[in-house]
Amino acid sequence: MSAAAPSKAGLFDCRDSFAATIEALAEADPRIVTVVSDSVGSSKLGGFKKKFPERMVNVGIAEQTLVAVGAGLANGGKVPFVSAASCFITGRALEQVKADIAYSNVNVKLIGQSSGVAYGELGPTHHSIEDLAWLRLFNNLKLIVPADPWQTAEAIKAAAAFDGPVFVRLSRMAVPALERPTGAVFEIGKAETLLEGTDATIIANGTMVHRAIAAAKTLAAEGISARVVNMATVNPLDEAVIAAATQTGAIVTVEEHSVRGGLGGAVAEVVISTNPVPMRILGFPGFVPTGSADFLFDHFGLNETGIADAVRQTIARKK
Amino acid sequence: MPSPAAPLKNDLVGDIAAQALWIRRRSFQMVYEAQQGHPGGDFSAADVLATLYFGVMHYDPKNPGDPKRDRFVMSKGHCTGAFYSVLARAGYFPEADLSTYMEPLSKLNGHPNRNYLPGVETNTGPLGHGLPVATGIAIAGQIDNADFRTFVLTGDGELQEGSNWESALTGGHRKLENLTLIIDRNRLQQGARTEETASLDPLDEKWRAFGWHVEVVDGHDHAKLLEVLSASPKGRGKPLCVIANTFKGKGVSFMHDNVAWHHGVPTKEQYEQAMRELV
Repeated sequence: MSAAAPSKAGLFDCRDSFAATIEALAEADPRIVTVVSDSVGSSKLGGFKKKFPERMVNVGIAEQTLVAVGAGLANGGKVPFVSAASCFITGRALEQVKADIAYSNVNVKLIGQSSGVAYGELGPTHHSIEDLAWLRLFNNLKLIVPADPWQTAEAIKAAAAFDGPVFVRLSRMAVPALERPTGAVFEIGKAETLLEGTDATIIANGTMVHRAIAAAKTLAAEGISARVVNMATVNPLDEAVIAAATQTGAIVTVEEHSVRGGLGGAVAEVVISTNPVPMRILGFPGFVPTGSADFLFDHFGLNETGIADAVRQTIARKK
Repeated sequence: MPSPAAPLKNDLVGDIAAQALWIRRRSFQMVYEAQQGHPGGDFSAADVLATLYFGVMHYDPKNPGDPKRDRFVMSKGHCTGAFYSVLARAGYFPEADLSTYMEPLSKLNGHPNRNYLPGVETNTGPLGHGLPVATGIAIAGQIDNADFRTFVLTGDGELQEGSNWESALTGGHRKLENLTLIIDRNRLQQGARTEETASLDPLDEKWRAFGWHVEVVDGHDHAKLLEVLSASPKGRGKPLCVIANTFKGKGVSFMHDNVAWHHGVPTKEQYEQAMRELV
């Protein structure tokens, strides 16, 4: 399944990868349908609509019904991919996600589009930096935050193949394709170690992974050996990889999310139960001021410099 | 010669009435034994449930996942006394299980869980969830041009939840003729009358305005319920909304139309009196 061509300067919009993958899956599996809330364009599902008009359900701007209709379609034997802006499909429909999808344990795939601060200038109503904290509480809901176009395609395929509820958190921010060994596979619940290191471990996901790699390369030039782990699945966590990370003696997590209750919180829950080591959680402190996503990343240190600084400071806290 | 009072073998309405009586008696026993539950709503819904399960719907309790089955969604998920009773009576699980209602670790939770009990289509409890899920089921049937029907029973106070009206729009827009909403219009919510809380009338006009076909019936009249619910929806071109005018606590004198019995539980004397009346 091909990822779409890079948009600019070798960077990709992972929604293109999502769209190409869901169209290819739908060709092969007539059970696959999409459900949207006036979110065809923002989900890049125009191609799907053209190819499978009878298999796209648009409920209008009505997120509670959006999510519940997904549950009903699964009851009727469909494999629904329910796609809308992450801030609304989670926050507006949170009880439907809880009761109709997770607690009912149905075969629905929720796609949170334009997550994080992709809608930077539109302000915190449209930011989705709380979504992982909310959804992490539903223990049986798989949570996947892909980092690049290849992983997006693989995550969508894995979600379709898994019989149960899955949330895939996508971004519209341009990201590079990550370098991986040939034959790399994606598996729900398995982290990937992209760089080996011994002095500290950076655990990141989504749009932050390539920034973490850049930070690790900066640190390497100083003689600091930082491991980089792409923790694409936030639930279930790859606890073995986190436990191994504690052996480096320092952990920094980086996510396009609040510092409260997201990837960092999830990692910390494992770290305190295994081998407590100095940790630092990088993310947004809460509601953030206006600005483009790139501005906000820089403003809150979610960039190569900020991550490298956090690693140095956390290593300094080792006893 | 059978007694003239006994229902004839092919007397469907008589059989439904007998099942409804059984549901009232059994559910009240459950509430009495558990000293928890929502008996007023159990009683207002009992006749609708008996009509659906014993006169209208096609299902096989031994094959609860049959793709061709008619679906029933219990949106008023707090009325598990009546819902579990009808499921057991229909053969989804042993009637003896009803005696575990709300006991520690029982499958018979206060609100239904599809992962515990066959015959439960979706987990309800929070209000305003059933119609949206039922809408999705009906859309799946519409996409496949399938013959199964989807029924959903809501309370009336529950219609104050906005999620219902989102789905009312979608049901009307998509002309989901395979979808039937039944509103248990007992006019009482937990704390007061609906019309004193956030009024719903004129309820029939609201649903018509959303593109639904509306039938207003006596929700305790088995023959009438059977007539409107078993009529073929083919060619109607609209989803069906049946406003079933009912009474909370129907069947027991001291519970009749009495808001205190939303989640009231009986004393021994009240239980015994109710059982004397429910014959």
